[in-house]
Amino acid sequence: MSFVEYKDLIEDGDTAIVFLGHDSMFPITIQNGSQTQTKYGVIRHSTDLIGKKFGSKVTCSKGGWVYILYPTPELWTLNLPHRTQILYSTDISLITMMLELKPGSVVCESGTGSGSLSHAIIRTVAPTGHLYTVEFHQQRAEKATEEFRQHKVDHLVTVKNQDVCKHGFGVSDIADAVFLDIPSPWEAIGHAKSAMKTEGGRICSFSPCIEQVQRTCLALEEHGFTEINTLEILLRVYDVRTVNLQVPDLGRAAEEKSSLDVIDRPKQIPAGQHASALFKSGVPPRETVGHTGYLTFATKSLF
Amino acid sequence: MEETDSGSGRLISDGDCVVLKRQEVYKAVQVQRRKKIIFEKQWIYLDNVIGKHYGTTFEICSGGNLQTKTAQVTATEQKEAGADNRNIVDDGKSQKLTRDDIEALKEKGIKGEAIVQQLIENSATFRDKTEFAQEKYIKKKKKKYEAVITILKPSTRILAMMYCAREPAKICQLRYDTLAQMLTLGNIHARSKVIVMETCAGLVLGAVMERLGGLGSVVQMYSGGGPVRAATDSFGFPKSFYKGLCEFPLNKVESLLTGTYSCRSSSSEQNPALGNNEISETQEQSRDNGEDSNSAPECETVTDTNTQGQLEAMEVSGEGPLSQEEAQKQEKKQLALERKRKQDEKRRKESEAAALLQNKNADGLIVASRFLPTPLMLSLLEFLAPSRPFVVYCQYREPLIECYTKLREKGGVVNLKLTETWLRNYQVLPGRSHPKLVMSGGGGYILHGTTVAMDPAKPNINTQEKSEEPAAKKMKVEEEES
Repeated sequence: MSFVEYKDLIEDGDTAIVFLGHDSMFPITIQNGSQTQTKYGVIRHSTDLIGKKFGSKVTCSKGGWVYILYPTPELWTLNLPHRTQILYSTDISLITMMLELKPGSVVCESGTGSGSLSHAIIRTVAPTGHLYTVEFHQQRAEKATEEFRQHKVDHLVTVKNQDVCKHGFGVSDIADAVFLDIPSPWEAIGHAKSAMKTEGGRICSFSPCIEQVQRTCLALEEHGFTEINTLEILLRVYDVRTVNLQVPDLGRAAEEKSSLDVIDRPKQIPAGQHASALFKSGVPPRETVGHTGYLTFATKSLF
Repeated sequence: MEETDSGSGRLISDGDCVVLKRQEVYKAVQVQRRKKIIFEKQWIYLDNVIGKHYGTTFEICSGGNLQTKTAQVTATEQKEAGADNRNIVDDGKSQKLTRDDIEALKEKGIKGEAIVQQLIENSATFRDKTEFAQEKYIKKKKKKYEAVITILKPSTRILAMMYCAREPAKICQLRYDTLAQMLTLGNIHARSKVIVMETCAGLVLGAVMERLGGLGSVVQMYSGGGPVRAATDSFGFPKSFYKGLCEFPLNKVESLLTGTYSCRSSSSEQNPALGNNEISETQEQSRDNGEDSNSAPECETVTDTNTQGQLEAMEVSGEGPLSQEEAQKQEKKQLALERKRKQDEKRRKESEAAALLQNKNADGLIVASRFLPTPLMLSLLEFLAPSRPFVVYCQYREPLIECYTKLREKGGVVNLKLTETWLRNYQVLPGRSHPKLVMSGGGGYILHGTTVAMDPAKPNINTQEKSEEPAAKKMKVEEEES
């Protein structure tokens, strides 16, 4: 298993996602001889998983069953152990496209955090690109390094444990793109510029507060970046539901009711003495994410 | 590895596909010597951009020639500004230059910068305006009089933004942030085998090809005479990228699934007079692109080696001196050969695509078309391996609600999500930061999920919808009656 290339069969040492049902899943590391407990009973790795296809249904000891899924960066984002606040796929998508990432891109990132974005970047720039990621927190840097090795992508990423605002990315004239998710990104703009290729590239900074964005934009301008553009992207999820609305009783006779039927009117079914109308709808959840952060993009131009 | 990423690839050369940018307006063109291009109501020639770096900014001079813009020297004058607009009266007389004066300046070929300077000097109210208002005034005039163009290398970012702004109808109103979601949720990456069904002028296909970086393969499903790839061509991909691209007609999907497929059943091939007209020019072009990149894949057919032989024969026969009649005959023969070669090529690509699909082990499916999504998804998902992501885009929400329901009924999918993104643009300036414009609605909707092994025995209890199933089933019966 590698995060940058699909394969069919589950092997010893792989990371996999156990899918239990609606929005309920967790990651596991496949190990010969070990067991995983679920609410449907026990899964034995050596007999139930190893050698099976990703995507197959696995029956647990209590008779219930789960699906074993291939760990894409998107599924990993939803299941990874949080060491920090993470970026979700909605922001990641926009960052990837607006930084023009593709196979072969060289990218600098700071901070590494929980590695949610890192995995997505590595997936996109593989097999010929590289990610240089900087994290000033020692344990987090070590944990990320370990994870990359476990996911067999360590050849595509270099983790450095240093302060990006003081010491930069540790590389120069090499990056096609730079991504910053740190408290004071304006202090790292100069380092970002020197890490980027002379012929130019793209930069993105993620900040939750508008004051951070303002300082970052000023710094970008001072360092000669162009096309400075701040965006915010919001995800709206819709639950598909069958909705049932009662038809009001206005005291009309039954035959009159049917004459009221317009073409577009949903079908009515009598429910006891009350008629009601059924239709499918995409219902927004009661509460949803209203803000993650502002994404500021800019271009380093040639001159 | 790829010539595009080397240093020389950063220089603009003749024949390159480039994007012109003026302010926030983009236009994709191909660089050709002595070719007039109209951009933002101005005629320009691109001769002077050849050999310059991508990202260079040019000024339009007389005769539509472009000249490298020199670094701006900002005039540091003593700044006078008012505090507010209490004494500014709009009498329409603040600008002392008449329209004719301005036209005369333009006629003389005076640079835009100088014209803006003149306008400022001749504005009676300029000094009384607040600093912010002065800045705004200068910006507005610069936009009008300073014709500055930047030449950019095409990318998904730029082309998606360009299509959104210029021709949203051609790409089913697919907004660029929505396209970004599709590429990520579809886990499109190098060495994958992706199925694409799109009617977005080839923009979605191009975006997928960029993410594959020439590694892996794409099967493009198309309806009608052939796939439209106008936008794909604008990316200016190297020829090698087209090696992994083949296409398959949508109207043969059913036969492929039932096992009755044969490569030689297309009516347009049996009757060339009938079919050839409906093949669009873009398709012809894109086929040409793909042609020279034959690196002889495993499923090389016999017909292909035949054409090779014929081609050699043609080259040999073209050497001797010929009478006119014979030359004409020769030409006809060549045309016929050419047509046959194209047809064989098409057939070869199709059987290549059929072979790829028949394995039913594709890594991803991306659908973005003007067609009803449900039947497309029910059929095309068959070609995917288990535990692979799929994404379907639709301009409207209702068809995706139906698609969601039908996929649930069919099973073989988990983690279905119906989503939409909103995008908000900000103006960030000291003391003047606020949202610019809300882009909402018109960006389209996405349904995505993951395939799993089909279980023919029992329906999915695990991933049940949150509504009463029986009601839904009754509902379906009712629907069919209406």
